[in-house]
Amino acid sequence: MRYEISKEPINIQSVIDKVVEREAGAITTFIGTVRELTDGKKTLYLIYEAYETMAVKKLAQIGKEIEERWPKAKVAITHRIGRLDITDVAVVIAVSTPHRADAYEANRYAIERIKEIVPIWKKEHWEDGEAWVGNQLETVAYPSGKPEEGDLHE
Amino acid sequence: MNKILFFAHLRDAADREELQIKAVGKTVAELKTELMKNYDLPQLETVMTAINEEFVPDDEIIHDGDVIAFIPSVSGG
Repeated sequence: MRYEISKEPINIQSVIDKVVEREAGAITTFIGTVRELTDGKKTLYLIYEAYETMAVKKLAQIGKEIEERWPKAKVAITHRIGRLDITDVAVVIAVSTPHRADAYEANRYAIERIKEIVPIWKKEHWEDGEAWVGNQLETVAYPSGKPEEGDLHE
Repeated sequence: MNKILFFAHLRDAADREELQIKAVGKTVAELKTELMKNYDLPQLETVMTAINEEFVPDDEIIHDGDVIAFIPSVSGG
């Protein structure tokens, strides 16, 4: 399985190993980690939650989009859920391509798409409270019922 | 019957993860209106909806057995 939601810490090397190809000249790896400070506010820990079965499908969709856009690209993505402490690894994306420019571009595309279409949510816990991150007032309308490219958060 | 799934702040507001109701023949928009009337939920009009794990527009018609999930703004990564 190249697309996974994991309740356990992510083994980074195992994600990379999934995209090793004889034709590849580059593998880029993105490692998303839990940041302590956001807009000056100190996070103690995060809880990630997913609609797991749909999240795996949407990760696979992103992989497919990449493989259509960057021929011969190979993608693997694992996103962790549950409680994560500061510096923990939340997501690992590995992309291999024949040439390095494509590997960088495609990897960037993957993380931006995750932030648009994959049903995963994080709750920030601070010393004085907690809140789900995102536009909770749901003031962004999606006329097509789903986010378009360009509806980027963060 | 239809299973309705809530996540993140919607689950907190609804105080439940899921709900079984009969929504056959309704559009997603009609279901949202009905849920907002009967449960203590924040406004759902612009919340994304998935039926059977695929995003759908508000005019999509619900069939028997469909699983409907309301997807608040995602914040993974």
